Amino acid sequence: MSEGRLRKLIIGDAQADRVVPPSGFTAHLTLFASGAMAFLAVFALALSLASGRLADRWAEELARAATLRINAPLEQRDAQTRQALTILNQTPGVASARALSSEEQAALLAPWFGSSLPIDRLPVPQLIEVIEDEQGYDSTGLRLRLQAEVPGAVLDDHTRWRAPLVDAARALRRLGAVSILLIAGAMAAMVTLAANAALAANAQVIEVLRLVGALDSYIAHAFVRRFTLRALGGSAAGVALGMIGVWLMPEASNEGGFLTGLGFQGWGWLLPLLIPLLAAAVAFMATTRAANKRLGDLT
Amino acid sequence: MIELENVGYNYGGGELLTNVSVKLAPGSFHFLTGPSGAGKTTLLKLCYGALTPTSGRVRAFNMDVQGLDRDQMAHLRRRVGVVHQDCRFLDHLPVIENIALPLIVSGKDLGGEEANLRELLNWVGLSSRADALPPELSGGERQRAALARSVILSPDVIIADEPTGNVDWEMSQRLLQLLVELNRMGKTILVATHDMALIRAAKNQVQARVLRISSKQLHLAGADL
Ligand SMILES: Nc1ncnc2c1ncn2[C@@H]1O[C@H](COP(=O)(O)OP(=O)(O)OP(=O)(O)O)[C@@H](O)[C@H]1O
Ligand SMILES: [Mg+2]
Repeated sequence: MSEGRLRKLIIGDAQADRVVPPSGFTAHLTLFASGAMAFLAVFALALSLASGRLADRWAEELARAATLRINAPLEQRDAQTRQALTILNQTPGVASARALSSEEQAALLAPWFGSSLPIDRLPVPQLIEVIEDEQGYDSTGLRLRLQAEVPGAVLDDHTRWRAPLVDAARALRRLGAVSILLIAGAMAAMVTLAANAALAANAQVIEVLRLVGALDSYIAHAFVRRFTLRALGGSAAGVALGMIGVWLMPEASNEGGFLTGLGFQGWGWLLPLLIPLLAAAVAFMATTRAANKRLGDLT
Repeated sequence: MIELENVGYNYGGGELLTNVSVKLAPGSFHFLTGPSGAGKTTLLKLCYGALTPTSGRVRAFNMDVQGLDRDQMAHLRRRVGVVHQDCRFLDHLPVIENIALPLIVSGKDLGGEEANLRELLNWVGLSSRADALPPELSGGERQRAALARSVILSPDVIIADEPTGNVDWEMSQRLLQLLVELNRMGKTILVATHDMALIRAAKNQVQARVLRISSKQLHLAGADL
């Protein structure tokens, strides 16, 4: 669409606008339906963005850190820890490996046993924090080697429970995206129906316009402009309400976990502003198609 | 201007017109007559492209009407002013906007045409009814409004279907007067009517030829009127 046509579509032509009688009923339906659709789209977008963020964060955090636990009798613990650290430092894909100090371990246990625990004299397993580099290590290979050389070592790389959580978050993101597509499709269907109803109701008007020499494009334009503006207006209102709804939700917090993170962050707040433009584009295309089809059917 | 060559037409229930050939020369004035149901309206529709002939050819402004696409057809409509038998208007717009409709839809600037429009309204005697809606007009007022609308783009050809169908003798004389004036301005005129008195009255003022439809054919009527 050329810039001139776009400007004409938005500013319009007061005279041209009058040739098609105003139709209260379809106008209100279109406004309401596009408002409702835009409102739903805001939430689908929020869901999709939030679960996407969550999937990325979980995948990132959980993939990077693993824990090696040395379950050995007290007298062998230090030797096995040293041995394990040597192996870890030789393993490709391990960025760093560090045995937790007894203070750190005590801090980890404090919530359960209190802070006065004589941790050195108890058979508490020694923990080693393993940080992966970009490539990551081969966990099966590492396990086999540890089994052979450090009998008390258990590698806990979180993979077992990480994978389904990340998958679930990604599935949620996909669902959100599919919902937005469905909403756009439903909106196109609704605008097509409303436009067809308006075209049918104005069959006489169209005939008179053709008789006095109006081009199909002129007639189509009168309808397209109306429906596009209605979709734009209705969805702008729907988006505004939806954004207020999202804004009123509680802040993201550690305790609340996923649910409280459901919202927009930073630039994400600008994304819903695209919804009315998208709705207008959908309405424009749907009405153009409906009008051209209908006018093409006339003789 | 408009030329029919061996045109035949058929709505589906047998031939209505066969072998019609006629040529409307620039600046000519033609009457089309014949009994009701003979096919006058049909013939006029063939002339302005609302119907395509089932046989033969129609040419307008040296273009084959059958070969025109929808946009070209719209442009043809702007060059041929038509007064329809049932005068179609947009009922939600006042008379003055209905008369200006061809200007509006062809994207002309109405501001510059305001004076013309007023003059035209005056000419058809509708100045006082300018803001009325079409359903509020009398039959004769509607026909005058339709005539005004057909000439607003100053077309080369004016085709009028029973323009005096609904009006009394005096009013039909006025409408005829308007058509005669248009003809003197060089417009090609084709008027369908079954009002013989009107044709006789016109013959005193212009060189009019009378075409008659009978037994599916078009004949040039002689001086026997
Ligand atoms: N759309 C149509 N479909 C089928 N038949 C039609 C159609 N329009 C007109 N006819 C028939 O064609 C014949 C000619 O109709 P037309 O309107 O051309 O007559 P006319 O000479 O203009 O008559 P009048 O003087 O009453 O206006 C009539 O018998 C009419 O019933
Ligand atoms: Mg007729």
